Amino acid sequence: MGEAIVITSGKGGVGKSTTTANVGTALALMDKKVCLIDTDIGLRNLDVIMGLENRIIYDIVDVIEERCRLQQALIQDKRFSHLSLLPAAQTSDKSAVTEEGMLKIIAELKQDYDYIIIDCPAGIEQGFKNAIAGADKAIVVTTPEKSSVRDADRIIGLIEQREMERPQLIINRIRNHMMKDGDMLDIDDVIQVLSIDLLGIVIDSDDVIKASNDGEPVALKNDNKASIAYRNIARRILGESVPLQTLEENKGMFQKMKSLFGFKS
Amino acid sequence: MKQMQNDNQIISIKGTKDGLIFHINDEASYQDVILQLEEVLASVPHTDQQEKAANVTLQLGYRHVSPEQKKQLREMVEKDNHFYVEKFDSKVISREKAKQWFEEHSLKSISQIVRSGQILDIEGDLLLIGDVNPGGEVRATGDIYILGKLHGIAHAGTKGNDEAVIAASYMNPNQLRISQYISRAPDYETEGVYMECGYLDKENEKIVIDRLQVLPYVQRKLRKLKGGMYDG
Repeated sequence: MGEAIVITSGKGGVGKSTTTANVGTALALMDKKVCLIDTDIGLRNLDVIMGLENRIIYDIVDVIEERCRLQQALIQDKRFSHLSLLPAAQTSDKSAVTEEGMLKIIAELKQDYDYIIIDCPAGIEQGFKNAIAGADKAIVVTTPEKSSVRDADRIIGLIEQREMERPQLIINRIRNHMMKDGDMLDIDDVIQVLSIDLLGIVIDSDDVIKASNDGEPVALKNDNKASIAYRNIARRILGESVPLQTLEENKGMFQKMKSLFGFKS
Repeated sequence: MKQMQNDNQIISIKGTKDGLIFHINDEASYQDVILQLEEVLASVPHTDQQEKAANVTLQLGYRHVSPEQKKQLREMVEKDNHFYVEKFDSKVISREKAKQWFEEHSLKSISQIVRSGQILDIEGDLLLIGDVNPGGEVRATGDIYILGKLHGIAHAGTKGNDEAVIAASYMNPNQLRISQYISRAPDYETEGVYMECGYLDKENEKIVIDRLQVLPYVQRKLRKLKGGMYDG
């Protein structure tokens, strides 16, 4: 019996789909059976990030309106045989999916998969309600910006009214130099306001954008900070306790020497 | 004034410096009260010159009168413009009224985080154990005490109670509202303050924020508390 996790944020553009793709991929790397569901009907893009756009034949609306079986709509990932994607429809709108339809699909997927990761659309309307309908727990993604934290707070309030586990938090797109200068909210500031458990922090990296464009989730890379962050998050989901990444840049030899001799680096 | 010497008189009139008191025996039936009130009022000597109407208090004792009956009594007494019913004085209130009074004067303690977009609205005084996040709002008809951080909006005395106060362990609100008065945070970024309270300065019609320690003085000034602490 699998677990359904919804990735949500309220605000758009904070990295829900990227987080879904990478957390899903990282879990698949750890040999878990994972299914990703894109519920952003009309604005689908999880398939693009996963590089599976060309393989779509049926979508979630086809399944709900019984034009195909669920198994027919699932797309197997190029890299892992135990990672699948249920794509959103691009031509319908959010009202094409119902909460009952979602519950049915998720119940069926839970038989076969360990983790079902649901990518939630921005906003708090029907699309959001559909996405969280069948979820056992929620991961809230926010960036260290006031507007994003405000929306995350609203979302957490809505989730708390449901019978779900306490949501967990991912702080995305951290820019270390801005945080140090106080131009961005501190990690502690964010946690103090939202007062939920922190699942992970992800540094803002150019590689994430590049990887999205290539259709290769960044979690597949070895040495990237964002990649390590996503894999750490996956390990925490599996119940391991992994310390938070340090935000400091890796210092070069020369800088190490400088700091050793008491120069300000 | 023959009626007034009668043994089974229902209505007796007493004069005080604040006006007249009509004491209505609460054991008589309402019908008898009406009948006798008519007689009593008819026996009042009519003077031609226009005098100022005398203030009257209707003492009802343990009698419960409905709003309609109240209206009838008032109309009867005020009919000839000799009297003006200042107030009804009754020793009983209805169960609903008592319940409402209790609701408005009891302290509700609630522990939760009031998040953005959420409104916590209660009757009476509120003790919130938890934070009010930016964009969240707490409302109470009485006082608001917050054991936590106030970042959002707090509205005390929502039904027009100017004496309501707002106290918080950490105060950095978007807005404070007391009764119909509103004060908001300045446009520049501010650090919050610990252990503060807000109350209405009635002379300047402004909400003032001060240390929590001034609250006893404020409350003493705002309302005359009965009972309280005794210093051995």
